[in-house]
Amino acid sequence: MKLGYYPGCTLKTKAINLEVSAVKSLEALGVEVEELERWNCCGAVYSLADDDLVHLLAPVRDLIRAKDQGLDKVMTLCSMCYNTIARANLLMRKDEEKRDAINNFLEEETDYFGEVDVVHYLQFVRDDIGWDKVAAAVKNPLKDLKVGPYYGCTLTKPGEIKIDDSIEPVSFKNLIEAIGAEYVAYPDAETCCGSYQIIGNPEAALKTTATIVESAEKRGADALILSCPLCEYNIGRRQADVRGLREGLEPLPVFYFTQLLAIALGLDIDTLHLDRNMPEAQKLLEDKGILATA
Amino acid sequence: MSDTATVENATPKVEAKLIPIYIMGKMYEVPETLTIMKAMEYAGYKYVRGAGCRGGVCGACATVYRKPGDYHIRVGLACQTVVEPDMYLTQIPFYPANRAKYDWEQIKGECEEVYEAYPELFRCLACNACTKVCPMEIPVMDYVSAIKRGDIEKANELSFDCIQCGLCSTRCMAEMAQYHIAQMVRRIHGRFHTPQSKHCEEQVAAIKDGYYDDALAELKALGTMDPTTYEETPGIKKLIELYQAREGEPHTAEEFWTPESDYALLKSNGK
Repeated sequence: MKLGYYPGCTLKTKAINLEVSAVKSLEALGVEVEELERWNCCGAVYSLADDDLVHLLAPVRDLIRAKDQGLDKVMTLCSMCYNTIARANLLMRKDEEKRDAINNFLEEETDYFGEVDVVHYLQFVRDDIGWDKVAAAVKNPLKDLKVGPYYGCTLTKPGEIKIDDSIEPVSFKNLIEAIGAEYVAYPDAETCCGSYQIIGNPEAALKTTATIVESAEKRGADALILSCPLCEYNIGRRQADVRGLREGLEPLPVFYFTQLLAIALGLDIDTLHLDRNMPEAQKLLEDKGILATA
Repeated sequence: MSDTATVENATPKVEAKLIPIYIMGKMYEVPETLTIMKAMEYAGYKYVRGAGCRGGVCGACATVYRKPGDYHIRVGLACQTVVEPDMYLTQIPFYPANRAKYDWEQIKGECEEVYEAYPELFRCLACNACTKVCPMEIPVMDYVSAIKRGDIEKANELSFDCIQCGLCSTRCMAEMAQYHIAQMVRRIHGRFHTPQSKHCEEQVAAIKDGYYDDALAELKALGTMDPTTYEETPGIKKLIELYQAREGEPHTAEEFWTPESDYALLKSNGK
């Protein structure tokens, strides 16, 4: 099976641990991804202004590239890319007037009418592969690892492009169970990590992140999984700053969900690129006997 | 031979049909066989600046034009583009574009350094106006995208044919100077991402070791031209002779041509 793939900028550098583990895991599950030959930054944030067509040019251009490449489905890994591209796609399907304006402006490109389906990796694994098959492919079940899901905002909101229930999503729960780990429920799995506030108002972002970490730790999570490089930055790589804000917080390793999937599927540790995670991540996997100690 | 165009040598010897073109809104009838640059000279304009190399590689003569009944902006290098009837044109020899200052010795070759020098990169909305206006047909927006995702190799490859004419920056709604950014990226690529030339290092080391000292002293001993009369002394005549007889790579040389002379180039056989 071949699947169109839009990586997004971060996945080529800072979040290469997301890309490699994701692509290799899909290979192990029998799916080969076909990366878009030409693609540009999707813009990362979907503009909420109704007449702001210019911010749609970038994601629509990516969709046109997918169409030109003969793909009828394009998969994203970063939650923000998913959100931006899926919403742009929806607009191209539904809003005839704006679609015409955009196609008219993008006259050097193929006309686009929303022909390509946009899916998120998690959604693809759930719907096109299935948790049973994932569970059957697990070679290294992550026993004794208590994992909390972190959905963030952009996978499940707004409703028209959500990949799962907006209030009570279960995809990560199903994944955690499929890879043999223990699912930990906690109330802040969809609390915003602070997103881009980390740049302009870092304290606000770190505060909300502290709430997420505290809430997951109280319910016994050893680790969190997520799918968004910006959430990972705020909750994972900035966690030392987070812990500085609130007493009693312990390091809570944060993984991309595809990293735990990859290790459960028995893939080589190199596919995880753990040097890109917070330092406690690798140690946790070693302590739990999931990775052989170096 | 000087390549300076005059009305005389700009005028074709064979009778060519005259066509109307509009230079900055004023109509001129010019021979249809001329390039825009020659046509402007034919019309009486004199290039003081903005003529450049006249060979299509320096980027000094970027020109924008439109044709009646077509809203598209068209571009070309004045020295390369042949005139068309009823074209409305203006040359844009210079357009303000800031080039970031950075200390090359401090650069470590990371894309973050490019972002720091040119944060406006992230104002790109992928409108693609830059690509559409590039006379070299470079996918400018694509290399901007590549830089944004840290793919220095790709950006280097895509931007390699850039002649720095600056037309991309005239159209950029993010107000960036794409070509300066690409130049920084190509420098980084050249220094940090490509294999370094070993024979160049060997050559430099040999020079420092004095491999050429004797030869240089020999040449210096030939003396100088008489500073008052500028007459050629016998030493200078010898110098000219040596210069003219020097060994150079022939135009038809094979791919792996190597010089015969010990002095022409340090050979790789350990000399």
